[in-house]
Amino acid sequence: MSRSSISLQALAVAATLATLVLPSYADSTCAAGKTLKEGAISIGTGEPAYFPWVIDNKPESGKGFEAAVAMEVATRLGFATDKVTWVRTTFDQAIQPGAKDFDFNIQQYSITPERAKMIDFSDAYYKPAQAVVVRKAAVEAGAKPTMESLKALKWGGADGTTAPELIKTLVGPKEPALLYNDLADSVAALKAGQIDAIMQDLPTALYTSAVDLEDGVVLGQFDHSGDASDGLGMVFEKGNALRGCVNDALKAMQADGKLQAIEAEWLQQATGAPLIK
Amino acid sequence: MAATGNGRTSDQVSFALNDAPTRMNRRQRFEAAQRRRSIIIASLSTACVVAAVVLLVPLAPGWEKVRVSFFNGEILIKTFPGLLKAFLMDIAIFAWCAPVIAVWALVIALCRDARAPSLFPLRLFAIGYIDLFRGVPTILVIYLIGFGVPGLGLPRPWNSPYIWGSLAIILSYSAYVAEVYRTGIESIHESQRSAAKSLGLSQSDIMRFVVLPQAIRRVIPAAMNNLISLQKDVALLSFVGPVEILRQAGVDKSLLANFTPYIGASIIFLAVTIPATWAADKMLARQKQQRS
Repeated sequence: MSRSSISLQALAVAATLATLVLPSYADSTCAAGKTLKEGAISIGTGEPAYFPWVIDNKPESGKGFEAAVAMEVATRLGFATDKVTWVRTTFDQAIQPGAKDFDFNIQQYSITPERAKMIDFSDAYYKPAQAVVVRKAAVEAGAKPTMESLKALKWGGADGTTAPELIKTLVGPKEPALLYNDLADSVAALKAGQIDAIMQDLPTALYTSAVDLEDGVVLGQFDHSGDASDGLGMVFEKGNALRGCVNDALKAMQADGKLQAIEAEWLQQATGAPLIK
Repeated sequence: MAATGNGRTSDQVSFALNDAPTRMNRRQRFEAAQRRRSIIIASLSTACVVAAVVLLVPLAPGWEKVRVSFFNGEILIKTFPGLLKAFLMDIAIFAWCAPVIAVWALVIALCRDARAPSLFPLRLFAIGYIDLFRGVPTILVIYLIGFGVPGLGLPRPWNSPYIWGSLAIILSYSAYVAEVYRTGIESIHESQRSAAKSLGLSQSDIMRFVVLPQAIRRVIPAAMNNLISLQKDVALLSFVGPVEILRQAGVDKSLLANFTPYIGASIIFLAVTIPATWAADKMLARQKQQRS
């Protein structure tokens, strides 16, 4: 009798200890039963996924800002790297009603109140500045990082992003913007000289100006004040229970500096781009 | 109606049988009964299908979500004015493309029909042109010409996507419409050409005064079909930049994460294409009546 009561006491102590010592692992149980496939997590991203968000279009490598953030979140939710599957979706697939093949989707989704009515967002994992990409010819023709000069440019942007709205609200150009199916098409129009400027988040803008365009220049960046977006968030199907766990993981990553470390590793600090006045 | 038969002689009555249902013969009575029966069956089956759709679709487990993201009244009202405004762009593109297509397609059709041996190169050109542009999807032509030609380094405004996008649509559609013209030209019997020749008309006069006036009249209903599909296909110009209704709906969709703007755009398209389709059908029916 006495022996069993002792062992019971020991068990109770162990249990108390466990709750005291292991709060950081509490996350790993949070996601249990909340993913599509028990014991594994499925993450959606774009096809192709762009630099610097995903390096070489290989998110499973964990290289690139979003790939690294997603992998870190998965690890903190208790999914080892080999339990993470990546699926490719378009924006439309992420917002269409019906069953999804991802637990969450990460491809630079801007969090806006209107969108949040239809889909769920995680907390922001990054808040990019918006930047203006032009070609050298436009700079030589007198384009400057001032509102007045920007209004006179011919603007273009990719549909499916918040760029069309941002062009309207941040710049308000004299001529209405031309819009394209994706980033590649708007770059093609820039090359063809049909537009002068495109609006992109700063990390993408740096890549576009350096790699996609031979003579690209980041003309300037906007400060966050006029920006309607609340930053970039992961997308969940409305009412997905996993969202709380992901938000906890993001908070923990912010608290222990991991998120900032990932940002420093993958996102170039753009000190060169002047602020638009 | 039966009263109109009063006072007529039996001969007149036999000519006016349709006016006098009371005097239908056995066969007509049978046919009338058959007609009534099929109308009743048709109405019943339609009612059943409509009832099934209206009652069963909302029972589907995902209906509530589909309703919110495709049939959202609030979003429809919010985005509809913007869509209507963007539709003006479609109308404008249509308005400048359609006449050019009508003329250019006729030129191609005439080349295709060139009979003089010396004009064989023209004929070859027309055959190649039609094969090429009927074979390549319109959207590819728009991409290639809309981005490709301005990429050669044309200065503004000559690199405008409106110009080159429209040109792509015109080139592509002319190939189809040229074939429509050709069927019309070939439907004019050879004897008419011979007759005109015997009157001393030259080849070009025969085409101008004898063949074309009849041929064009014959192909108008068929060309209407092309016109209707052109009405929808001008939206493809959005791929190279212009913000017309399809693009506007796409922008609204991604801002609101909701597909309802596409429904709004469909409604606007239908409001234009359905009357146009009816008009084309009516023309076809009238023509059929005239010919038989």
